[in-house]
Amino acid sequence: MRGVIGGGASAAMALVLWAGLVRLFDLPRFILPGPGAVAAALWRDRLLLADHAATTLTEIGAGLVIGTLLGALLALVLALLPGLARGLHPVLIVSQTVPVFALAPILTLWLGYGMAAKIVMAVLIIFFPVSTGFLHGLRRTEPGWLALARVMGGGRWRILWHLRVPAALPDLAGGLRLAATYAPIGAVIGEWVGGSRGLGYLMLMANGRARTDLLFAALLVLVALTLVLRAAADRLADRLTRHATGS
Amino acid sequence: MTALLLRGSALRGGRVLLRDLDLAVAAGQWTCLLGPSGVGKTTILRLCAGLANGVEWRGRLVTPGPGQVALMAQDDLLLPWLSARDNVALGARLRGVPPDLAQADRLLARVGLAGRAGHKPAALSGGERQRVALARTLMEDRPVILLDEPFSALDAGTRARMQDLAAELLARRTVLMVTHDPAEAARLGEAIHILTGAGAERIVPPAGPIPRAVEDPGLLRVQAALLARLRAGVPCAA
Repeated sequence: MRGVIGGGASAAMALVLWAGLVRLFDLPRFILPGPGAVAAALWRDRLLLADHAATTLTEIGAGLVIGTLLGALLALVLALLPGLARGLHPVLIVSQTVPVFALAPILTLWLGYGMAAKIVMAVLIIFFPVSTGFLHGLRRTEPGWLALARVMGGGRWRILWHLRVPAALPDLAGGLRLAATYAPIGAVIGEWVGGSRGLGYLMLMANGRARTDLLFAALLVLVALTLVLRAAADRLADRLTRHATGS
Repeated sequence: MTALLLRGSALRGGRVLLRDLDLAVAAGQWTCLLGPSGVGKTTILRLCAGLANGVEWRGRLVTPGPGQVALMAQDDLLLPWLSARDNVALGARLRGVPPDLAQADRLLARVGLAGRAGHKPAALSGGERQRVALARTLMEDRPVILLDEPFSALDAGTRARMQDLAAELLARRTVLMVTHDPAEAARLGEAIHILTGAGAERIVPPAGPIPRAVEDPGLLRVQAALLARLRAGVPCAA
């Protein structure tokens, strides 16, 4: 509750500052619209914004699901095959030095202007934090549990499924938290580079037409979407952590 | 009948972990292995449990095969996300056979946790968690039971009650218990070995069935003798 009050207070302060700046320097609308103008755009173009937000949200959602599945799958495979993990490690490190944003034009070239390129962007961004987080958890299972499980005669797969995976769920959730924050970036950059739908496309178009108020409105919608995603990921992470610790 | 025999030396990477050990554990009774930290008690248990990866044994080694051993450690090793009942039944799930939950409940009742089967470990006290671990050990129903200082983290009263309970429930099984507590060894040992850097030495246990009364004069004498040997750090003639 205190966090909500504090957040509300700082948001109100930012709004006042924003409005004050616009008044003080008498900024034209196409440079920096005031909060009132943005709110008006938000209301006037609500259907347009909702339509494009739905596209972006679909891309983010698909990216999150596919990226999480692939990332978790790789972590499971690498946890079972440490030899493969050692061999792949340098490849993974090098792959992370490639800025995903630089791949956006190529992905658009390969996959066209539709949703696929944006989803792949989101997947590429999500994949790594999810798989490293989960793998980290899978690798540091309490050694006493593993010894007990082996004495009990447990097989590798069953030990993985009944013991290592449940114990690593909080780490998977930590990766999901990062993923929820980054996924929208991937989708929006994909839309910037080439597309005809989505909030990123809408921002670009509004910018070109000097509809700065609409640009800010789209940005606000994007921020709100990301915050909601992040809150959902936080809740999931808390639940998984409570489950794993039995509290 | 000898259930376990470790005669020889253990090495890991050329380093000697145990030198000239001669330890025979008879079937159907409690054997206590007493010794200071770092003397290799844990290595012996790991050898017996088939967990001694990378340890080379030079000499004769008779240990139970896979599926013959149950393990109970100082840490209860309960999985926090499972209920007491599911923790007790964990072994079956790990082996891919349907768990006998009714049997798990019966064993929980025998360790005095009849009403607590649905509780997660976080909702249980340290003593209760160790009771669940004991029930899990019984559930495995193996001929050889390895106990690695199972009661050393408990307070004195709980420890004494757990010793009574374990002695009752694991009577006539082959039990090898590692401990650093002379009182525990004197209470529960039907055979007692002191392990030092120079090997294992057999000590005559107090008379009488286990668990022995703590105030028994014979027990107190053995306890004092064990403590004296641990303090001296070397074995001496009995």
